Formats: sequence, structure tokens, C-alpha cells
Amino acid sequence: MAGTGKAQRNGTLIVLGALVIFLIGLNLSGSDFWQSIVINLGMYIILSVALNLSNGFTGVFSLGHIGFMALGAYISAILTLPLSQKALYLPHLPAWLGVTHFDLLVGAFPLGFLAATLIAGLVVTLVALIVGLVLMRLSGTFVSLATLGFLVIVRIVLINANDFTRGSRTFSNVTQYTDLWWVYAWLLITVYVVWRIKFSPYGRSMFAQREDGVAAQSVGIVIMRPRLLAFCVSAFFTAVVGALWAHYLTSFSPNAFYFDLAFSVITMMVVGGMGSVTGSIIGPILVTIISESMRRVEDATQLYGITQIVLAVLFILVIIFRPGGLLGDREINFAAIWTRLRPNRVEVEPKPQNVK
Amino acid sequence: MSLPLYALQQLINALSIGSLYALMAVGLAMVFGILRLINFAHGDMMMVAAYIAAFSLLAGIPLPLALAMMVIGTVLVTLVMERVAYRPIRTAPQVAALLTSFAVGQILENSALLASRFARKPEQIAFPGIDFLRGVVTIGAVTIPKVNVVSLALGIILLILLSLFVTRTTLGLSMRAAAEDLQAAQLMGIDTNRVIVTAFVIGAILASVAGLLYAVQAGTINPIMGFSPVLKAFIAAVIGGFGSISGAIVGGFALGLLEVLLTAIPGLGDILPAATTSPGVISFFKTYLPSSLTSYRDAFVFVILILLLLVRPGGILGTTDRDNTR
Amino acid sequence: MLQVEGIDVYYNKSQALQSVSLTVNDGELVTLIGSNGAGKSTTLRTISGLLRPKQGSITYNGQRVEALPPHEIVKLGIVHCPEGRRLFGHLTVTENLRLGAVSQHDRALNERTRGEVFDLFPRLKERANQSASTLSGGEQQMLAIGRALMAQPKLLLLDEPSLGLAPLLVESVFAIIRRIKARGVTILLVEQNAFQALEVADRGYVMETGRIILADSASALRANPQVEQAYLGGAV
Repeated sequence: MAGTGKAQRNGTLIVLGALVIFLIGLNLSGSDFWQSIVINLGMYIILSVALNLSNGFTGVFSLGHIGFMALGAYISAILTLPLSQKALYLPHLPAWLGVTHFDLLVGAFPLGFLAATLIAGLVVTLVALIVGLVLMRLSGTFVSLATLGFLVIVRIVLINANDFTRGSRTFSNVTQYTDLWWVYAWLLITVYVVWRIKFSPYGRSMFAQREDGVAAQSVGIVIMRPRLLAFCVSAFFTAVVGALWAHYLTSFSPNAFYFDLAFSVITMMVVGGMGSVTGSIIGPILVTIISESMRRVEDATQLYGITQIVLAVLFILVIIFRPGGLLGDREINFAAIWTRLRPNRVEVEPKPQNVK
Repeated sequence: MSLPLYALQQLINALSIGSLYALMAVGLAMVFGILRLINFAHGDMMMVAAYIAAFSLLAGIPLPLALAMMVIGTVLVTLVMERVAYRPIRTAPQVAALLTSFAVGQILENSALLASRFARKPEQIAFPGIDFLRGVVTIGAVTIPKVNVVSLALGIILLILLSLFVTRTTLGLSMRAAAEDLQAAQLMGIDTNRVIVTAFVIGAILASVAGLLYAVQAGTINPIMGFSPVLKAFIAAVIGGFGSISGAIVGGFALGLLEVLLTAIPGLGDILPAATTSPGVISFFKTYLPSSLTSYRDAFVFVILILLLLVRPGGILGTTDRDNTR
Repeated sequence: MLQVEGIDVYYNKSQALQSVSLTVNDGELVTLIGSNGAGKSTTLRTISGLLRPKQGSITYNGQRVEALPPHEIVKLGIVHCPEGRRLFGHLTVTENLRLGAVSQHDRALNERTRGEVFDLFPRLKERANQSASTLSGGEQQMLAIGRALMAQPKLLLLDEPSLGLAPLLVESVFAIIRRIKARGVTILLVEQNAFQALEVADRGYVMETGRIILADSASALRANPQVEQAYLGGAV
């Protein structure tokens, strides 16, 4: 654990406080540009933290998580689409879906959106459970490849299930429920849950099994459970991001949920540090800074494609020279933040007893 | 069209596609066999080849020279890629190498995009026609595009040459040894760097030929054209038993057949001659295997891949000893 | 002459060898004995270049070799016949032998040596075109040794040649080792079977948990009560 209990708690509170103040300020500023960057960043952070839980903690490297995001996006969007839109855009939806009414508002709070997000999350978690049970037997590269197959299959299914998804056409007219607060509320929940898992007995056994390729195989069920847990929990939060994302961009198609996005998230996670929760916060921040800057360059020089090249080069450099990422599997020391800000606090040492 | 003719035409299609898959799969298998690295940038090798060929031809360079430039250029890019991105991570865990190959792919794809920009060309470029490969070949009642015939012929020739190389030459023998046990090969005095580079180079040559043929068949090229072929090539290699060259060849043709089957059979209900087939059979096909299933074809292929990985990771021809601990 | 001086070798973070030093003079047969996990194989693998020591040096005929890649070390005449044989199972007997000669460019010499190997191991000649995985344990060991001989070794590193073999075969393996020694090849022999090893060796080193704990002539080691107790099964 990073630091002693009280110092850590105080340090964490300070960081949270700073975050809240920052968000309020951003909201008040009314700057759409910065708000959208921060919202996107928030979603990327949730994706990285969730992916880290599966890939970084257990060493089972899933390449297909974006498939969960896609499912989360589509399921939640289908549910919340107002009845009138459903009739117009998804005329062939099966009857029981065609009458669902998830655009409920309780006062100003979009309860329907929350419900739709949770339902999408749970359905996807169920899918992840099945997929996980099937794939967890594989090891190393094979499981990565199988999850890649999963990503491709999800995309093909989405493109072909025209009645549900409008196929490869854009799915639009989704109500924009997502805002700063939704994203960062879910972010805090995700970080909290993943943090608790990391420092629980389950988490410790996950980390222990990371290294143990061949040995882990022979233990069977015992290693399945933590891996499966990690896989499903990370799928849940990934699906939630899908819902958030769908209700932020309000229109999307299956092509958005494919290799480019998958690789971006993986880069963020790897740069931050596989196995580090705070690393998966730092990573996306760093990568966002770089890609936003590069995007200015692209616009100025018309050299489109440079951003991707720079990120890919960054990825290769990290893998070669610092494969653990910036933080490895350590965490930012919150206690240190507290002690830094309160340097006057002197710990009173008990006088050493003279032992005769 | 009669059923036997339809079947024959589909068979030749299958073999022609299969030989392209085989060419790609062999390159993947060779590198995997020795390095245990799945090089997803392999598809971008074929893309690079197609781009070099396209730009050379568009610049007016005569065909033989353009082809030579294509092969040499692809090989050079491969050599740089191996030296800069893959050699430093040889001791890293497999997944790291897999991800690195994705990153390399991104660099290549976006470089092609930039190159198009510099040449003031659109993202999707029409591949210049090659007279030799235009038109069709007619055998009896069957018409086959010339490029399919050439693909099949060229594929078979190259694969035969490769087999000879691998079984008859010392370097080829060293490669087979390195694929089986890299450390033991080192103890024989085999310079593993040389062997690895050779594997990459051969893969690049095969991929460039595949790239050219693919581009001619598709008619256009774009930066991500290599993406789908490399996934298919990978599946082909797994089917055949990853790491085995003969397996990759068999896998490539098997995949071609499988794909054509998955496309042809669902549509069967529509083309079965009503006069000679019982209505029961026709209605069975129309109900349970409608042509609309065709679009799910790729999904089926991947499901099969996953099943294979689960049940028989050694592939159809490969052995079941997956000793990855070196 | 081989001189290993104070090498420390690590597998990731754990130390496998600690300050190991030994010498092998031309024409000698030196044996390295000790229990499982003592570091004997690790020592050979460091000499042949598969591993690199963090500290220390390895000198062969005056040349520093500890940083050379394995294929360079083979060219100098140091040939490692690894533990567990590590044959190329999918390849034939003949192909395995050809691979052994990959570092040798004198065609005529290679042909001659192959002939000698077949004379030494007639069973291999019978099975020349069979794949190596179909051979019996004893035949595989013969092939492994034959393969090593194809590289024209001046210093032969033999790792556990008697492993998993029936007693009769063990006898024949050691008879072959004697014949190879008689041809003037220097041998560094790692063995679990301390009894046979000390019978055939001139000198010996005893290893335990990554360290050399005893060094002496073979006859002295045979008589050493410590060695007798630990490795020779009590009173002989």
C-alpha cells in the first residue's frame, strides 16, 4: 500500500478536492473545446484502468475489449432512443424492445440513462463471462489472438444485425446525456473498484500469477477465478464507457470500435504502466497531450497521419527501453502528497530505551 | 449455370485465393517458427509492395524494373523493421512483440497515407493496369480471370522453390533447425541473426508478390489493404499448425476452400437448378442457408479459428507439443 | 586451455552461480559433479555463450570469450553437447549430423568425420534417414555426441550424457567418452553419475548451490569421504 493510512487518506482527499474544483471551474468556463478534451480524457482513463485490470494485473492480454465497448454503446443507445426515433430508425426491432422507454427523467436526472447504462453493463458482463470461460484456458499469445477474433466477430455481428443496429450505417439521434459529471463520477467509481481489487487477496494472487506461465496452467480452477473476475469487471466498466461515449457523440457506427481505438487504449495503458492504477491515469493524460499537440501540427502542415506515427513510435520506444511503462506496477504515493504539504508535522519518536 | 461448372469455377477461385493466403501465411509461419513472433505488420508488407509498384508504374517506369523495385523496396523496409523494432525486443514476452508489430503496422500505414498526400493522390488509389494480367482465360465453358490463373501458377512455383530451398540448402536446414530449437541451433554454430533475417526477407519477397496480385485483383490500393489479408494469413497459419511451413501452405489453401465454401453454399439455394434438384433440397438451402449468411462468413472463419486454438493449438498438421518455454 | 575465473551468473533476479572458477588443460578430462540444481549445466551454458556472466571472465587459449555469441564460440572449437540432448526431432539423423557440421567448411573433412561417426555408432548408420524423434534414448545420446563431433571440437562440453539411460548403455557412453579422449579432445564433463565420471576423469570439481566446494584430482575425490557420502552412495 502506498503510505500509512491517515496520510494516504488525506493525500487522496486533497487530490480529489483539486479534481472537483478543476471540474467546476471547467464547467463554469463554458469552453466547449476544453470540456470535450477533458470528457474524452475521462473516458480514455476509464478504458485504460479497466483494461489494466484484465491485461496488466493478470497478464492475460485481451486485445478485444473494445468489442465490449461497442456492445455497451449499442445496447444502451437502443434502449434510450425515444419511442418516436425507434419507430423511424429501427422499424424492425422486435416488439419488446420497440416499446422500451428509457428516456425517463426523474426531475432533471436522466434515470433512464443510468438504467440503460447499467443494463448494458450487466448484459456485456454476462457476455464477458461466457467468453472468459471459453478463452481463459488459453495462454499467452493465444488468448490475445482469440480476443482479437472476438473483436472482429463483434464488429461483423454489429454490421449484419441490421434490425438492431442499422448495420454499417451511422446510428444517430442518440440523446446527449453524457457530461463532465457523468464521466468523472464513473471514473471515480472505476478507479475505486479497481484499486480495491488490486489491494485485495484476489488482487495479490492475480499479480502472483502474472509471471507464472506454465505453472499457472497446471493449477486450473484456482487461477481461473481471479482471471475471470478481472476480465468480467473490466468488461463491465468498458461497456459503461461505451454507453457514455454513445451518449456523448450521439452518433456512431461499428467502424469506430475497431483496431485503431483498441491500439490507442493499449498504448495509453502500456505507457502508464501495466499493473498500475494511477499509471492508467497518467498514461492517457500523457498520450492525450501528445496527440492533441500533434493534431495542431497536422492541421498546420496538412501532414495527416503524423499523430499515429508519433504515438506508434512512442509505443515502440516504451516497449524497448521501459517495458514496465512509466510507473511499472507501483502507484503514485498519495501519502507523500500529504506529507509534502504539511512539512511542519514532526513525528514524535519514543525515546529509545536503554537496555541493560 | 450447371452445378458441376459452378463447382469447378468456385474450386479454381478457391485455389487462386488460397495460393495468395498460402504465400502470406508462409511468411508469417517462418518468422513465428523461429522467433515465436506474430508479425501483424506482415500485411503492411504487402501494402508497401503494392504502393511501390503503383507509384513506380504511375511514374512511367517500365514493368520489369517496377517489379524489381517493388521486391527490393519491400525487403529493405523489412530489414529496417527487423533491426530497429524487433531485434531489441527478442527477449521480451510474446505479447510485447505482438503489440510492437501492431505499432510498426501503424507506422507503415500512416507513412503510406503521407506518401499519397505528397504525391497528391487520394487515399484510395486505382492500381495501374498490367496488360499481362488483364482479361480472362476460357477453358471449355469455364471463364477464369487471367490474374487468378497467374496467382495460382506463381504461388505454386514460389512455394515449390521455397520448399527446395528449405530442404536442400544448408541455410534452409539451419532455418528448420532454428524453428525447432533456437538454442540448440546456436550451439551448432548457426548465426541466429542471419537465419532470422533470412526468414524475414523470404517472407517479404512472398508478401510482395502476394501484394501485387492482390492489388491487381482488387483494382485499388489503400493504406489498410493489408489488414484483412494478414488476419486471414494468420488463420491459415494456425490451421496448418503455427510454425510449420508445409502447414501454412496447406492452411492457406484450406482457408481459400473454406471461404469459398462458406460463400458458395449459402447461395446454393438460389442457383440449384430447379429442374434436376428436388424441391425439398432447394427449400432447405433457402431456409437454413440463405445467401444473406454470406456476410457472416468472416465471423464464422474467426469462430473456427478460436475453436482450433482451443482444441488443437498445434493445428491440423502441427504437433501437439506446444513447448513455448525456451 | 580453458580458464573460468570468478563468474557470477543470474537467471533474472536469482543468482545461479557465485564466483565459480575452474581450469581445463589441453588433453584433460575434467568432470563437474554435484546434485541437481547445483549449477553444473549453468556453468557449461555460460562457457558456450548461451548465458552471459554478470561478473568474471572466461578465457580460452588466451582469448576472452565470455561476451561472445554462441556461434563464435563454436568456431573457436568449444562445442557444447547440451543436457537432454536437444536433438532436432523433426529432422533426420543425417540432417542432424549435417547441422553439427554447419560451422565447418571443409567438405571433404565433413564427409570423413561423418564416416567416422557412423563407424563409432553403427546403429546411427542404420537409421540414417529416420527422424531423430524415432530413436531410442541410447541412440539419441549417440546422435547428440556424434553431432557434437561433427563440429571438430577441441574442447567438448558434455552435459549429463548418461541421463535417463539404462546401466548397459551408460557403460557404452562412457566407453565412447574414453575413445574421444584418446583422440586428443579435451573434455569438460558434467555428470550426475559421479562414480563413472570420476573413473574416467583426470580431475574433478564438486559444485553445490552455485559454488565450487571441492577441487582435486579424480583419484583424490574418489577417496574423499565427503564425496563418498554425498555422491557415491556411502562406502564404495
